[in-house]
Amino acid sequence: MSGHTDMVLVDENGMRIDGRTAEQHRPIKIEAGVLDNADGSAYVEIGKNKVLAAVYGPRECHPRHLQDPTKAIVQCKYNMETYSVSDRKRPGPDRRSIEISKIISEALEKVVLTELYPRASIDVYIEILQANAGTRCAGLTAASVALADAGIPMRDIVPAIAAGKADGHVLLDLNKEEDNYGQADVPIAIVPSTDEIVLLQMDGNMTREEFDHAIDLAVNACHEVYDLQRDALKRRYSAKKGEVSE
Amino acid sequence: MSVEMMSEIKRDHMMKLIEAGTREDGRGLADVRKIEVETGLIESADGSAKVKIGKTVVMAGVKIIPGTPFPDTPNIGVLTTGAELIPMAHPSFESGPPGEDAIELARVVDRGIRESGMVDVEALCIVPGEEVWMCFVDIYAINHDGNLFDAANLAAVCALKDATIPGEQYGKGENKPLPITCTPISITEAKIGNHLIVDPNFDEEQISSARLTVTTDDNGNFRAMQKGGRGSITLDELSQCLDRAVEKGIEIRKIIG
Repeated sequence: MSGHTDMVLVDENGMRIDGRTAEQHRPIKIEAGVLDNADGSAYVEIGKNKVLAAVYGPRECHPRHLQDPTKAIVQCKYNMETYSVSDRKRPGPDRRSIEISKIISEALEKVVLTELYPRASIDVYIEILQANAGTRCAGLTAASVALADAGIPMRDIVPAIAAGKADGHVLLDLNKEEDNYGQADVPIAIVPSTDEIVLLQMDGNMTREEFDHAIDLAVNACHEVYDLQRDALKRRYSAKKGEVSE
Repeated sequence: MSVEMMSEIKRDHMMKLIEAGTREDGRGLADVRKIEVETGLIESADGSAKVKIGKTVVMAGVKIIPGTPFPDTPNIGVLTTGAELIPMAHPSFESGPPGEDAIELARVVDRGIRESGMVDVEALCIVPGEEVWMCFVDIYAINHDGNLFDAANLAAVCALKDATIPGEQYGKGENKPLPITCTPISITEAKIGNHLIVDPNFDEEQISSARLTVTTDDNGNFRAMQKGGRGSITLDELSQCLDRAVEKGIEIRKIIG
């Protein structure tokens, strides 16, 4: 959020550098069940972001001291491939990825019926293959589809998307340039059936009006992402049905 | 952090009080505990502060040293925030490198300071492209009785306001105060049942389902937010937190001056 650039991010017609209006998200592609070994998996593209998510479990919880005798825990690991960003990323967890893993785990625990699996762990692995702003939202969107694909009982599926501010305009789903040179970023994830917020972060500079507008845009877009998540699962399982009848 | 045990009778008692609009220590749901700030108590640091919020005690120290700038920001000083949850502060804290709780704490405080532009990092340039001042803020929990986020934010902010650039020590000109532009204040609320309470203590945090930290600047604009915990918050609750963050932020800025 440096906010200093000569680059025009929103032109006089309200068009953004990738041809979107303020209220449009980037093209989204979601596919469920893309990996063999995992109990559930999903692949998500949001604009130039490419993200894989895999779910293993419920299975025995390691390390064992994390076991909860009353319920399962959701352990998410968000990881960026070294070649996913323009400068090679150093492999392994850094402070950013540890924080993102923590908040995604917490967001998913709200919807997973963890009380059904005492002492177990539900492990969610998110791999960022290509990053272009909004990877934590793409990762969480993919992770919830992977959980559903794994047949884990859930109250709902969690969609996530960011809103933000660039060139003084409140925008939905910031791309890399808007994120780097813009003035604010607000990633958000909701439970679509109730509109409850399960993930919320914000950095930058926003007035109350701007923030309210951003939340409004993001919550609406979350419902669109949710429809795409459901479509992906339906496609996956209508295909399965075809396979069986053959 | 290990799972803390709490008796059901205590939990029920706390819930009943909150339903009735009050808390174990007599506070209303929106009241912040007594805040005490002491600055400049560590002579070896370039700035320091000890902050008490009720029984929660957090220390922060600033070290400022010359170093090389990042290649993509050759004329801008470096600012980093770290936090350690040391075993002396609570029986559940273990020694070793910072875990996810400490990392989240440090990063939320860092965002408030960085995004508000509290420190004028452009004024930390010594020789463009070659040498800048690097400002390290390190936060230590001394006694944990809940709401480490706000205590850590306040300690870091007060330590930075207390800080001096040690020009003489390094032969880089005179000592001068660290250039400060504003006072970012965070307000954390915990959700218990269907109620939000400001400045939760340790026991309240144990029975809460979600947490929201909102950092505002001197103009009441929002600079950083972080939702935590396994529960959710509704849009109405979010709106309430935003209102109270602005309101309480003004009160706390008056206290720390």
